[in-house]
Amino acid sequence: MTAAPVVLASGAALGYGGAPVLQDLDFAVPAGTSVGVLGPNGGGKTTLFAGLVGALAPEAGELEVQGRPAYVAQTDRTRLDFPVSALDVALMGSLARGRWWLPASRADRRAASLSLERVGLGAESGTRFGELSGGQRQRVLIARALVQDARVLLLDEPLAGVDPASAEGIEGLFSALRDEGRTLLVSTHDVQSARAFDLVLCLNRRQVAFGTPAEALGRDVLEATYGSEIVMLDDGDGPVRAVTVQHHEH
Amino acid sequence: MDVVDFLLDPLRSGIDRRALAEVALLGVICGGLSFWVVGYRLAYPAESLAHGLLPGLVLASLAGAPLVLGALGGVALAAALVALAARDERIDADTATAVVVTGMFGLGALLALAPETPARLGELLFGDPLGVIDGDLLAAGALVVVGGLALAALHRPLAATAFDPVGARSLGIAPGRVELALLLLLAVALAVAVTGLGSLLVLAVLVAPAVAVRRHASSPPAAMAAGAGLAVGAGVIGIYASHHLGSGAGASVALALVLAAALGTLGWPRPAAAVRRSPAGG
Repeated sequence: MTAAPVVLASGAALGYGGAPVLQDLDFAVPAGTSVGVLGPNGGGKTTLFAGLVGALAPEAGELEVQGRPAYVAQTDRTRLDFPVSALDVALMGSLARGRWWLPASRADRRAASLSLERVGLGAESGTRFGELSGGQRQRVLIARALVQDARVLLLDEPLAGVDPASAEGIEGLFSALRDEGRTLLVSTHDVQSARAFDLVLCLNRRQVAFGTPAEALGRDVLEATYGSEIVMLDDGDGPVRAVTVQHHEH
Repeated sequence: MDVVDFLLDPLRSGIDRRALAEVALLGVICGGLSFWVVGYRLAYPAESLAHGLLPGLVLASLAGAPLVLGALGGVALAAALVALAARDERIDADTATAVVVTGMFGLGALLALAPETPARLGELLFGDPLGVIDGDLLAAGALVVVGGLALAALHRPLAATAFDPVGARSLGIAPGRVELALLLLLAVALAVAVTGLGSLLVLAVLVAPAVAVRRHASSPPAAMAAGAGLAVGAGVIGIYASHHLGSGAGASVALALVLAAALGTLGWPRPAAAVRRSPAGG
């Protein structure tokens, strides 16, 4: 991986006015890579994304993203009672091209329809967003990111509350996006699935580790990342197997 | 009295005709705007500004100046004081707002109840659609045009921000600015509508229409159109009720709006698509 980094942190610290809630960020993500962002609740995953989106300015150091990243929220953080269809949501992606005061153009509508088809929801374009399943909503938000044509996608726990079949489809979509040269930062609780990413970034109020899963996901790192939230499953010589005890925050 | 007389009687009086025009104009713009007021959870700020602008209204009335100018000044002062008080970190924003608004309302009442003041407090508090002058109608017409254009231009950022503020930011929208623009529009709408519906009742037209139609709306434009239609209808019913029953016009309009909101909340009329799709698997 020799390409120039598209996401770069050097000595960055993020916070909400008081003491930093996430510090010692030092990493460089090349284009076309997938990065699993691991950490316990309150470890700083959402704060990192807020910094990358530009909602938070670094309190120290630098945090840079090439272009404007797309943010794919946990779908239960969106307004599920808001009366918009899947197509309306995908169409919001075209706001990234500016001209927010004009109605969506025909080309924008076509792009939104194609993106919905790409995520396998062409038939659901008229369905109200709040009436879709969790996995379908996640895919609609990914379609919005495709309309936005972002090179960097930030996905906040995209597989939380999604059934296994749907999760498989979404993971397939991730591979396809990465193969197009897009960069994905995916926050997750699941240590096992994090091994499928090109790189992993472990956070626990600071950067604990950054590297390939084989390098980074050792016992020491996992214990420093999760503390008491992790349970090691075996003591063999192979890769450490571990599960986290999840506490969902709402 | 036959039906034709019942319907035409109010139209024969210039006063009622002007009142009908006023509630129709205010209903169109405020009914549409109410979708965003409710969607952005601005009902409390809207109520606060409506009450806090009372001193401006009273001073304009005392000076014989157009009420809408006093209302605009009052709303700007109330908003500035609320923003200032909310900066004090020792008290939370809701408390700061409550203190400022009560203070402003008290000041307005004090001015209005001074011995040398013409007794117009009731009108300023409860509105007097029957007392609208051509200037009020002109202001309401201008609000329909300017506010309508603003709502059209802001439509996509408003929807994207209401739906997912962080996602909107990643699309290049500044959620804070979108909300500020909406607040400004709300403040202007309040200042214009308050001359017809009064400081205490104006909130009805800025909140009730959205509440009444929210179960039936399939999209933001549909919700806005339904809210506008409902507000006009309730306004007209209120004026007719006032004409035939001799009830207070402003209060009749407000009660018609609130009644519609109550019926809507109770699920009447039943949504056409009563059989909702259950979330599909996968």
